[in-house]
Amino acid sequence: MIETIIQNLINALQWGSFYALIALGYTMVYGVLTLINFAHGDVFMVGAYIAFFVATFILTVLGLPGWIALALTIPVTMILTSMVGVSLERIAYRPLRRKGAHRLYVVITALMCGLILEHANLAILGASRKAFPSLIVEHVYTVGGVSFTNLKIAVIVTAILSFFILQWIVTQTKVGMAMRAISYDKFAVPLMGIPIDSIIVITFALGSSFAGLAGLLFAMSYPVLEPYMGALIGWKAFIAAVVGGIGDIRGAFLGGFLLGAVEILVVAVFPSTYRDLIAFTVLLIILSLKPTGLFGIAKTTKI
Amino acid sequence: MKKLSTVFIFCVLLLAAGPGMSADTIKIGFNIPMTGDIPKVGESSKFSAEMLKADINGAGGLEVGGKKYMLEFVYEDNEAKAESAVTTALKLIEKDQVLAMIGPNSSKQAVPAGEVANDNETVMVTPWSTNPDTTLDRPWVFRAAFLDPFQGPVAVNFAVKTFNAKTAAVLYDLSNDYSKGLAEIFKDVFEKKMGKGTVVAFESHGTKDQDFSAQLTKIIGAKPDFIFLPDNYNQVALIVKQAHQQGYKGQFMGSDAWGSSELMTLCGDDCKGLYFSTHYAAAGATGATKEFIDRYTKKYGYVPDDVAALTWDATRIVLKAIQDTGGLTGKLKKDRKAILNAMAAIPSFDGITGSMKFDEQGDPVKCAVVVKISDTGEFEFTESVCPE
Repeated sequence: MIETIIQNLINALQWGSFYALIALGYTMVYGVLTLINFAHGDVFMVGAYIAFFVATFILTVLGLPGWIALALTIPVTMILTSMVGVSLERIAYRPLRRKGAHRLYVVITALMCGLILEHANLAILGASRKAFPSLIVEHVYTVGGVSFTNLKIAVIVTAILSFFILQWIVTQTKVGMAMRAISYDKFAVPLMGIPIDSIIVITFALGSSFAGLAGLLFAMSYPVLEPYMGALIGWKAFIAAVVGGIGDIRGAFLGGFLLGAVEILVVAVFPSTYRDLIAFTVLLIILSLKPTGLFGIAKTTKI
Repeated sequence: MKKLSTVFIFCVLLLAAGPGMSADTIKIGFNIPMTGDIPKVGESSKFSAEMLKADINGAGGLEVGGKKYMLEFVYEDNEAKAESAVTTALKLIEKDQVLAMIGPNSSKQAVPAGEVANDNETVMVTPWSTNPDTTLDRPWVFRAAFLDPFQGPVAVNFAVKTFNAKTAAVLYDLSNDYSKGLAEIFKDVFEKKMGKGTVVAFESHGTKDQDFSAQLTKIIGAKPDFIFLPDNYNQVALIVKQAHQQGYKGQFMGSDAWGSSELMTLCGDDCKGLYFSTHYAAAGATGATKEFIDRYTKKYGYVPDDVAALTWDATRIVLKAIQDTGGLTGKLKKDRKAILNAMAAIPSFDGITGSMKFDEQGDPVKCAVVVKISDTGEFEFTESVCPE
């Protein structure tokens, strides 16, 4: 019995890590721009595909061993994915912001950008799934009836590290201070000589690079890639961010793990048929008790 | 002057012949998943049909009632979704005005699309659907595959005999008619044979799920002798891998939805040594089946999966029925009715997936095979089970 509980706890931590990593991107952009970047789930998908191409290139063309390939794939994927996020901001969101469009239109634009990414992928690469190459040898460790792999542990550790890095950037650095300042008052900040556009670009770059990292880890854990893989997990990560209190990094992190834990534990206790039904009912109850989420502060204007 | 009138008459003849020529084609619609969850299934169907079309059109067309007709195949994508399969079927019937339809392949799409075909009085043959509801009480709907009530016992008997199994666990896709139906049949049959409560875990998941760790923890905790997995090949790859990551070392028994050529690309070493029940085994085939496999492999670069073989059979059955009508009138409603009568009258058909004859529900009575995935990733014939 106790093994089952610990086993499910590990399952929940691993699954929650992905929600947390994606939710971090949602919450950062929201925190700075009060924009829900609905394309974020698809940026995650693009990240997984970028990781696939980079890893395959390094393994087959350069012929390097798996661990070097992994060490190279991580930074390359993060940089390339952050460029995708920045391009979205540059091409789709900034022109609207310049024209002073209402936030609602930017949200719709974000939704469309997500669909464009999905269908561009479908058009270019076709509908066949891609099998992600294995970069590291997975060892299964069994301790007292509880099984886990080196990869699962790596995923959980990476998610926790990412949270601390982002938390440090936002609370301890000058850039982070500028980000918080923009979210506080978008109109006064440029008057203080803070380059608002550069800060927004940095926000998108950070959020997307961690989506890329999540994509890479996800592809390693669940090595079947398809164009729509980011849609559902993106939506759920968004819900996780809202439950945690969107705009707050701690909220996104905890919300992600909370959603992962609820989903896994519902299956563990109830028939698996009821998973989404019960999981989202629990989240709905949390939101109705605390509408701004666990860490959220009430603001008068929200979408 | 005379010369000019000859030219004029010639032109008139040519104009008159024009529409006549286009009437000499036979249009067949294909309602197949070219995108979505199982794109390889649609691709296999299309490739197989293209090969058949090239054969017949290359030989001058299909002879019906002493007249040669060229074949025209209309491929429509149903995105592997139930609702798209319905609109696709309607489009093929109403807009493309096809004589008959092949597909959809999965029961998830074939069950709702069958309703449309039956209501609109157009013959539909599904190559791959094994759920009984597809053809039940629908005279216009036929299939080329065996049924789940037959496939379920095949899996049970084989697993009990080969794995010496006393208990089993089931993991299935809740939102997929095929998977759910087969899982329930399996549970019934297994518990009837081995006693109540011998299916120690009966778990489900959603179509878009990627993480199955919680279900697998439950299943592995119940310590079954093997896991029955009636799932599409893309999910099989993930589930088998994750079970191994959780330390499961036992056997899996699969169903015919495993039998795609993409299974081994996605699953790799994890799936080697597993068994599943299916329609035909490519490795070790003989006669017309071998000839089909060799030609397909040469043309497209991979061994045809069972969908390809079944589409080949399904299309040939329809073409045979069209030939059996003894001549087309050109009136759509009348021709469709004639094809239905001819379909029902086919006594027995010798396909590359075995010989079959239709019963009163439009279901074929045919054999199933169990294949083992070999260490080289080939689907090896293990045994054949025929209806009694």
